[in-house]
Amino acid sequence: MVRPAHRRPGQSRKAQYSLFAAYVVAVTGAVAGLLLAILSVVDPVGFAQLRIASQEVAAPVARASRSVIGSISGIDDSVSAYVRAGSQNRRLRKELAETRRQLVATSSLQEENRQLKGLLALQETDKAAVANGYLLTSTSTSSKRIALLSIGRNLGVTAGQPVRGADGLIGRVLSSGPSVSQVLLLTDVDNIVPVRRARDGLPALANGRGNGDLDVRTLNIANNPFKPGDILVTSGTGGLYPPNIPVAIVVRRQNDGALARPLADPAKVDAVSVLRPYTPDNIEAQRARPAATPGDAP
Amino acid sequence: MNKAAGPRLGEPASLWRMRIVPVATVMIASALPLMLPLVASSPVLPPLGLLFFLCWQLLRTEMWPVWIGLPLGLWDDLYSGQPIGTAIGLWTLASLAIHYSSQRIYWRGFWHDWIIAALLVAIIQSLAALIAHPGAGTGRVLGLVLPQIVISILLVPLVMRLTGKFDNLRLRRR
Repeated sequence: MVRPAHRRPGQSRKAQYSLFAAYVVAVTGAVAGLLLAILSVVDPVGFAQLRIASQEVAAPVARASRSVIGSISGIDDSVSAYVRAGSQNRRLRKELAETRRQLVATSSLQEENRQLKGLLALQETDKAAVANGYLLTSTSTSSKRIALLSIGRNLGVTAGQPVRGADGLIGRVLSSGPSVSQVLLLTDVDNIVPVRRARDGLPALANGRGNGDLDVRTLNIANNPFKPGDILVTSGTGGLYPPNIPVAIVVRRQNDGALARPLADPAKVDAVSVLRPYTPDNIEAQRARPAATPGDAP
Repeated sequence: MNKAAGPRLGEPASLWRMRIVPVATVMIASALPLMLPLVASSPVLPPLGLLFFLCWQLLRTEMWPVWIGLPLGLWDDLYSGQPIGTAIGLWTLASLAIHYSSQRIYWRGFWHDWIIAALLVAIIQSLAALIAHPGAGTGRVLGLVLPQIVISILLVPLVMRLTGKFDNLRLRRR
């Protein structure tokens, strides 16, 4: 690095003033920027449209790079599938036979279940999604865990809707733009999900750690009831996430709760569904709909 | 004076290229992580925009006015997912720090540059994470960004080299 040549502007008044003005602008701007940052932490929705606009620009590139790199990363899978074709074939045959037997058993149970539910006049809450899309990319340089979803207001996605993959809960929609939307992932530090243990319904709160894991804490019990392998599902409390979506599996006990790993890995999940928020009016609407059109009731 | 005849001997580089190349590299580096098909579960990628921003300033302190962090920081905030304003403030403070250090240390060498960049990256990334998560515990938030800071610091010499290459492109004579 060479020594800067024109550090001092010399005798020229104009040059001195313009240098001084640059410093004044910089300091004022820096302070204003930090105030803006605090403001946008307090009210994250206020600047969402500005950010969505820039992400609409990034989305086409992300779509293109996803299609290219997605196909590249599939190559090793197909190669190893050829190599292991023989043993895989045998194993799959065995699995298929077993699954058929189970399917027969399950279908009779399902039928019985349906009849019993009919007797009780219980309605399953509508599992139909608002829309389906896929996760394009995420903020991989920031400590915020926000992913970009490939669909937006064009398919009815609005802020506050839960997002799930086939394996479990992914997160919720933070803001939606014309054709993309932001999803706050389950693992974000600021994302808290009311859960319950699938086995016995023990209520707890799952809180992201920001590094891909979740902290799980019970609400009221002093001793630590969790065991590795406990499955946690959403409880439906709080009126955002519908109940009984798989969330996480407990990995390890901790001093004040447990460490859990999300069941749906956003990096591996292919398609995600955007659901309706679990609010009273939505639940009512879904109960009313099968009565109006009995043809498409499940 | 026939301009159509092609480049003239000793003619300086195009003014537009001299101005656009540095700004464009920082802007592309800021937007690049959001364009990769990578859904990360922790901050795994180094803040490329910040690294290029710091390296340009260390390489050519005089090139930009000291307030250049305001527009470039806004651009980075739009793509990084941080609360808008974080990079506006922190990047501008960083360029003030670099300008100050260039007055104090006249003959900066490779190690000076690396240490300054390392300190600034560590401070900026820690403060940005703390601003983004005011409710969470300080230790946990810092632990979250620590691996990223280490990777970024190790990448500084590489980015400095790349910046040098872009600088050659910027100043190449026609």
